[in-house]
Amino acid sequence: MAILRTEELTYQYSAGTPFEKTAVDHVNLEIEEGAFVGVIGSTGSGKSTLMQHFNGLLRPTSGTVYLDGTDIWEDKTKIRDVRFQVGLVFQYPEYQLFEETVFRDIAYGPKNMGLTENEVKERVLETAELVGLDEEILAQSPFALSGGQKRRVAIAGVMALRPRILILDEPTAGLDPMGREDILAEIRAYHKKTGGTVLLVSHSMEDVAKCAGKILVMDHGSVFCYEDTAAVFRRVEQLEQLGLSVPQVTKICAELRKRGIPLGNDIYTVQEAVRQLAACYKAKKGGASVC
Amino acid sequence: MLKDITIGQYFPGDSLLHRLDARFKIVMTLLYIVMLFMGEAFYSLAFGMVYCIAALLLSRLPVKLFFKSLKPLIPILLFTAVLDVFFITDGTVYLEAGFLKITEEGVLTAVRMVVRIIFLIVGSSLLTYTTSPIQLTDAIERLLAPLKKVHFPVHSFAMMMTIALRFIPTLMEETDKIIAAQKARGASFDTGKLTDKAKALVPVLIPLFVSAFRRAEELATAMECRCYRGDIGRTKMKQMHACMRDWIALGVTLLLLCCAAAAAVLL
Repeated sequence: MAILRTEELTYQYSAGTPFEKTAVDHVNLEIEEGAFVGVIGSTGSGKSTLMQHFNGLLRPTSGTVYLDGTDIWEDKTKIRDVRFQVGLVFQYPEYQLFEETVFRDIAYGPKNMGLTENEVKERVLETAELVGLDEEILAQSPFALSGGQKRRVAIAGVMALRPRILILDEPTAGLDPMGREDILAEIRAYHKKTGGTVLLVSHSMEDVAKCAGKILVMDHGSVFCYEDTAAVFRRVEQLEQLGLSVPQVTKICAELRKRGIPLGNDIYTVQEAVRQLAACYKAKKGGASVC
Repeated sequence: MLKDITIGQYFPGDSLLHRLDARFKIVMTLLYIVMLFMGEAFYSLAFGMVYCIAALLLSRLPVKLFFKSLKPLIPILLFTAVLDVFFITDGTVYLEAGFLKITEEGVLTAVRMVVRIIFLIVGSSLLTYTTSPIQLTDAIERLLAPLKKVHFPVHSFAMMMTIALRFIPTLMEETDKIIAAQKARGASFDTGKLTDKAKALVPVLIPLFVSAFRRAEELATAMECRCYRGDIGRTKMKQMHACMRDWIALGVTLLLLCCAAAAAVLL
């Protein structure tokens, strides 16, 4: 069953002024429970705006967002509960850190939920472990940490809410390749461990290809397509027209295929490419000269 | 939420008002304020009103905008009106109940005050609506130039103002973002006692200060990299030239000011 559904969702910025702009345009969408969805789209395609509707930070100009079949704006006073169920990690989330210690910063969300001190402590420790923060770091000031560590603390601050849906807006922006890998691995581990729904907004096709089972492509405020990862990366030309792309490795494999190497169609991770190339190499060695 | 504040905002356009020299606009705004507060008579106030409405039409900005800028002032307007109505006890008595006395003079003063404040706000917001912050500070620097003789740091002052104005929208955007991020973690800013509300601001203010200092440092570095050293030997890319329409506009303003003065004295 769909955990999250939108119906004709539309949002206009500064409605009624000269700066009026439709950021989200009649979006109909269904996100399945437990899915790992990658969200891609060029700058200004309305990805971030759409995400902020899912946890009720923005109220639709028209249309509805349903969480478990209920309109999240049905009871305005319950919107805080929606935010605990749909956790949103913003772009550059490290700029929201404010507490004296890492521990207290991660504990901010759970405390707002009204949990007891023991429950809060348990959640903080568990989440810290999940994102690879050592216990000694928990006592330090978040402002003294490195960029990658700060990012981890900020993500942990939202994960500690135990949301049923976790939305991450460009969690790897501005990190070095190692930092990116680590954060993505931690998000994958989180998804595996909790079985929750994860939405990952990213500009990097590689990141999305590595993690997501399905991909949502946004263009000019509308849903361009919402399909399985393989199906989306088959639309090479369409994606390029939208100012997007497919993973590098997919391009390389397409070139190799053109030169007569019998590779499968849906290669979008390096591991898969390596596996197929190795199989190909073995087949050649075996005498059948296909390559 | 914070985006609703329009005071001090600039709305780009190409109307006559947008094209006028910023220095003239500042001087004309000052003259206009003098015009509004000159006489007690309604006739003299009328000149200011006509002047303001004409300017408003010339600016080609949506009238809705001005209503929006007046919205936050409604409490102040009401307060002024009530104060005037009840505490001025000269003139013909309209109504008397116990110690309260409503008189003709009181009502008239209240109306006059409210009209004046409304037109004051609308007129001065016209200045910022139609003049970009850069033009505005540039004009202030030029107008204050004579103070350099007494070693007043006019250039630094103008630069400070430019930077402050430039960063208002940036910091507002940042504040919005931080508020949203903390809300996503369950912060609530509009419930609870006053002390709770004050405490709820800490998670917003600390990140905001941290980022403001970071931005200040980055900006200082960027300016040093471009060899900024104040106004020593510095020329302007955009020179301000007063042309015919500026002088005509100033002339019309002065003329109306004289009319208003005459009306105040004679009527």
